[in-house]
Amino acid sequence: MLIRATEVVKRYSGHTALDRVSIEVPEGKVFGLLGPNGAGKTTLIRILNQITGPDEGAVWFDNQKLNSIHIGQIGYLPEERGLYRKMKVGEQALYLAMLKGVPQAEATRRLKKWFAKFEIESWWNKKAEELSKGMQQKLQFIVTVVHQPRLLIFDEPFSGFDPINANLLKEEMLNLKREGTTVILSTHNMNSVEELCDNIALINQSRKVLDGTVNGIRQQYSRKVFEVEAEGTLHGLSSTIDELGFKLINSSDLHNRIQFTIGATPGQATTQVLQKLASVIPVVAFRELLPSMEEIFIEAVNKSRNP
Amino acid sequence: MSKTAIIIKREYLIRVRKKSFIVMTILGPILMAALWIVPFLIATMTKDKHDVEVYDQTGIFTEVFRDGSEFRFHPVQGDLDSLKKAFIQSGHDALVYIPRTELSVPTTAIIYSLRQPGMNVKSEIRDRMKKRVEGLKLLNKGIDPEILESVKTGIKVMTFKLDESGSEKEGFAEVTTGLGLVAGVITYFMLFMFGGQVMRSVIEEKTSRIVEVIVSSVKPVQLMLGKMIGVGLVGLTQFLLWVVLTIGIVGGFQLIYGDKLQQGIPAAAQTMAQTPATGITAATLEEATSDNNTMLRVLEAIHSIDFGLMIGSFLFYFIGGYLLYASLFAAMGSAVENEQDSQQFILPVTLPLIIAFFSAGYILNYPDGALSVWLSMIPLTSPVVMMIRIAFGVPLWQLAISIALLFATVTLTTWLGARIYRTGILMYGKKTTWKELWKWMKYNS
Repeated sequence: MLIRATEVVKRYSGHTALDRVSIEVPEGKVFGLLGPNGAGKTTLIRILNQITGPDEGAVWFDNQKLNSIHIGQIGYLPEERGLYRKMKVGEQALYLAMLKGVPQAEATRRLKKWFAKFEIESWWNKKAEELSKGMQQKLQFIVTVVHQPRLLIFDEPFSGFDPINANLLKEEMLNLKREGTTVILSTHNMNSVEELCDNIALINQSRKVLDGTVNGIRQQYSRKVFEVEAEGTLHGLSSTIDELGFKLINSSDLHNRIQFTIGATPGQATTQVLQKLASVIPVVAFRELLPSMEEIFIEAVNKSRNP
Repeated sequence: MSKTAIIIKREYLIRVRKKSFIVMTILGPILMAALWIVPFLIATMTKDKHDVEVYDQTGIFTEVFRDGSEFRFHPVQGDLDSLKKAFIQSGHDALVYIPRTELSVPTTAIIYSLRQPGMNVKSEIRDRMKKRVEGLKLLNKGIDPEILESVKTGIKVMTFKLDESGSEKEGFAEVTTGLGLVAGVITYFMLFMFGGQVMRSVIEEKTSRIVEVIVSSVKPVQLMLGKMIGVGLVGLTQFLLWVVLTIGIVGGFQLIYGDKLQQGIPAAAQTMAQTPATGITAATLEEATSDNNTMLRVLEAIHSIDFGLMIGSFLFYFIGGYLLYASLFAAMGSAVENEQDSQQFILPVTLPLIIAFFSAGYILNYPDGALSVWLSMIPLTSPVVMMIRIAFGVPLWQLAISIALLFATVTLTTWLGARIYRTGILMYGKKTTWKELWKWMKYNS
């Protein structure tokens, strides 16, 4: 585990922002930190960044208690991203890189490489305020990763990004993951969670309500709904399914084939369902319809609200 | 390079590279040097003489209009209309017409000129006529004008500063007062200017949201101190450049015009002496020469002031006062999201400074009065007030206590400021109240 937070509590006068939250972030994975606005995600991220400290509990970075040495090993792109408007782009990037502990010469070399990669070399001597929003986002991404951190923390990275930049960001994120970088992604964009995250933790009202691998959680929340494609006709299908002990949810006639969705009883193994079906119907294709992360998110949040 | 040093370097460089900094740095010494040099230039300048034609129908002012340092008079006679025509041709500056009247003494004169005559022409003619008419009136009442002149008295008061060893130095209250005022005003404006810059910079980082990225790399207190030190160094740089450039300009000027300056003072005395030489009165002669004495004594007084002490004290009080106010300004800046909102916090913080500024009049009159001494001890007012007092001479123990108090307070306000700052910079949305600042101060990190 690259990051292990145990029983973290953070109180502000009047309310508790984090209530005994524990998370484990495996190295080399993309970890999704999910939750509605105001759940406590940003507070947890600020604790990981040592911007603020926990009142109780502890955070471990690679089995060491989190301390100032780790600052240079973490890259952080906050939700509200800013730049010095009047400062030149190159100088600004260099300044931020040096604050992360990269020596000037090395920082310059790396920045030139990134600028070339994103084709923004010509912006080096421009002021930040002259940059378009998209250009600023590229620059912000570069300064987040320039010190080659082991852990990257992105807070709502896709909000405000145009589709092209959002895509670029996803690509670069996966590139860095391949190189071994661990990523914590705080978001409520569930599509990107399914696409990018290996593990997640869901925080609601200052408490963690759900965590695990994305696949594991989707299995856990499975409603045992299967989509089947088979040869034959719709004639008599309904009674056949009933006899098997399943429920026909809907069906449609394709050319020469039929497609239908069935619901099995909870707790039934997928292989068992397939075996039963195949014994009476010539099945061509079969797959489980797992709930989307969005559905799970809403269900888990509602459940934690009215237990 | 440590992270604080990187921050100091940025804060310093972005400011000294600004056009406004360069302009201020150059303009300041030019203004200071001008204050020094212009009076000499005026004294040494040879003035253009005014040519004035006088048509005196009464005939009693003849002896009044004698050529002086600034005027050449040309008595004319004849028909007014033709005189006017001749005057237009002559190229003279003015034509004074004193018509005959039925009164025993004439009190009216008309000045004709092609251009509006200067104030000095008008007042000179009025003064000369007035003196003559008054003299005539006194004579009519049986009083000899010479008696009157002998009654006029000039009192000279000289001040000497005694020091412990008993040696005396001639002081010059006007010079000390002026210098004290200048020192106080410079301190006041520099504290406000650079303290304000710290606050604006904090607000800028907060509203542009760059601050969250930075505090993920450095501790908030490092950022705050780096900013305070960086901006403070800009202030010191500006001040030292002012001193060096002013000395350079004045020195260079003295080198080039040195001889003229040496002659300048006697020359000024001569031009002034010329007026009485025309024989009006003896008393004005004395006045004029004592004016010239004044100038020499001002120079002496300026030279007798311990500029080393003043500049040294300024450095201490600027650094101390600046750190004190900058730490408060930084805390206030962190609590707001734009400059308009900062007003509610700025006024209470800067009130002592403003009080110090407006007490300047009192302090100049009573540099050792109880109020002056107290204000020069209280750290929130001492930088400005002590700088005013120093020109008059301050006991060393007072200076020591005042500076010690100031720096002790700086430690306290920096600590308090940092506690508010580190919470404030990450707070958005709601308007901050004083109560909240108090809460922030008590949070643990």
